[in-house]
Amino acid sequence: MSTRRAELLMAIGMLLFSLSLMWSVWADGLHIGWVEERGPGAGAWPFWLSFGMALTCLWTLVRWYKGTTPESRNTGSYIDTESFGLVMISFAALTVMIFLVNIVGTYIAVFLFLGFYMRFLGNHRWSTTLVMCFGAVFFIYFLFEWQLTKYLPKGWPIFEEGFLWIDNFRWEYLM
Amino acid sequence: MGDVITLLGAGLLQAFEPLNLFMIFAGCLAGLFIGAMPGLGSVNGVAILLPVTFLVPPTAAIIFLAALYYGAMYGGAISSITLGIPGASTAVATVFDGRPMAQSGRADQALTAAAIASFIGGSISVVLFTLFAPPLAEFALKFGPHEEFALMILAFATFIGLGGDDIPKTIFSILLGLVMAAVGFDIITGQPRLVFFDLVEFQRGIGFLVLAIGIYGIGEMLWTLENTKGKVQVQAVNVTWQRFKKNLGYIKEYLPTTALGSALGFFVGTLPAAGATPASLMSYGLAKTFSKDPDSFGKGNVSGVAAPEAANNAASTGSMLPMITLGIPGSPTTAILLGGMIIWGLRPGPLLFQNEADFVWGLIGSMYVANFVTVALNLALIPIFVRVLAMPFTVLTPIIFILCFVGVFATTDRMFDVWLMLILGLGGYLLRKLNYPVAPAVLAIVLGPLAERSLRQSLISSRGDATSFVSPTDHPIALICILIAIALIIYPTVLSIRRKRLKSANDGEG
Repeated sequence: MSTRRAELLMAIGMLLFSLSLMWSVWADGLHIGWVEERGPGAGAWPFWLSFGMALTCLWTLVRWYKGTTPESRNTGSYIDTESFGLVMISFAALTVMIFLVNIVGTYIAVFLFLGFYMRFLGNHRWSTTLVMCFGAVFFIYFLFEWQLTKYLPKGWPIFEEGFLWIDNFRWEYLM
Repeated sequence: MGDVITLLGAGLLQAFEPLNLFMIFAGCLAGLFIGAMPGLGSVNGVAILLPVTFLVPPTAAIIFLAALYYGAMYGGAISSITLGIPGASTAVATVFDGRPMAQSGRADQALTAAAIASFIGGSISVVLFTLFAPPLAEFALKFGPHEEFALMILAFATFIGLGGDDIPKTIFSILLGLVMAAVGFDIITGQPRLVFFDLVEFQRGIGFLVLAIGIYGIGEMLWTLENTKGKVQVQAVNVTWQRFKKNLGYIKEYLPTTALGSALGFFVGTLPAAGATPASLMSYGLAKTFSKDPDSFGKGNVSGVAAPEAANNAASTGSMLPMITLGIPGSPTTAILLGGMIIWGLRPGPLLFQNEADFVWGLIGSMYVANFVTVALNLALIPIFVRVLAMPFTVLTPIIFILCFVGVFATTDRMFDVWLMLILGLGGYLLRKLNYPVAPAVLAIVLGPLAERSLRQSLISSRGDATSFVSPTDHPIALICILIAIALIIYPTVLSIRRKRLKSANDGEG
């Protein structure tokens, strides 16, 4: 997709988004004007800000039509074709990792994500990859669960129970 | 003046407490590392590491983040010089002469000049900060909701007038940030607003940290991946004690421009939209203008490295001045710091000097100490940082992504916010590619609740009379702020018309 087309689609998308925000405030029955004895209604601030957003999108569309912005004159590729694959794989891998957190828990998901990225995208040696994966998992556990006492997601019960013995070991011998 | 010296002394003593001193070292080191990595700057570091600081008391936390901010300004020069890629936008001007110096075998001279100039910039600006902060905070005590709102309008107007970005896109970004801050319950009536798709998670609102980490963690890494394609080439640096001593001898060459750049950087840094990047570019321009040999700029003039480095460090301190004294951040990094302070239960603004004097003066004291620590660490660890720069992106990128995920979850305890961070990160990346500035949105989401509250309080107190903001008798300060804001908003249009007229006049002559 060209940058020129992306500029148009983004402006239209953001215009629709702004209108949907205005609709959301209106549909919820919030006051967008002055309420006697109480001042501006609860919907006034978001409604008029969204209205302003819609106006700026229209402004951008006019500028696109006139070819005023550099983006509206740029017929080159929106995302660099050479690095498009790298960007997409990175984002997809991150999305899969966050999805896996709900199933296998933070630590296994982080281990798999880092392992995939280093071994298959970076072609690092297995030994380096494994050292980094175990190191990252230990660091997160030590910093967040141990020092900050933040309970990170452990996934389905079968995986959560697997971590219980680590927590028990810590409480019994290291605290 | 006597009071200031006493309070500063107490602040310095606080900075030397073991925990705070450790945080200064850790922050400076982390900042140097983050600043040196291409594509990462202070704002990314502060956003990603803010959740980690909940481990320590607020004073130690802000000391760590402020030291990181400082360190990142120093670190940005390392990649500008050795890679030719600015560590952050604040170090763009350093590339102009830093890279040619490195290519001609003078990388060590450029790195030493950058570190020394950063130190001078940091030192001058922290003294200016100490002198200006208390009277400004005292003056700001007179501010009511009218003045607060007018000041916020002024902060947003500086983005439009001085940001240098596309105007409708800048306004859109500001409004988007303000709308995102309005998601959740209304601050006065308690009614739910903008609960998208009826998801109850939106009733708690969108945290500024979710947006900041999304944009500056996920979005920034995607941007860096696309632009560097994961490939960087490090220029060799020859560091020996003899060469270092010789390099120190060049100080007198760049001292005047460094001092000038430091003062300029501090004052430019106090403006919300200006900050370190324009400060360093302006300082570079000044150094070139006043140079006896302006033609050598861009070809490896040491003043071309020193001037922007002094200015960007001074600007980082300058940007903290409005944050601490007025509650208005001077840069995206200080916007995140301000958000952090709210999470720690502190309210930045003039009352902070009265109610949390230990906190404020501890921070100011730490700035003095951090300046010495950073220059020492920077000079001592140059060879290590140059090696670190060779770290493959396939190690750095996943680590940053993991820190973003864990950081957001640890702060909010909700997977919903992690997904939101991912979406906002992708959205920020796509918008940025079309020249939509993202920094105003981050500033707006932090200031949004305060802006709405002050506007509504003002309107209620004046019974809906919007002209009360420009009343010369009741609210003269608000009137001045609004007038400056209007001038700033009109300024780019006037400039554009003048350029068009000049162009058409030139075309006519041709």
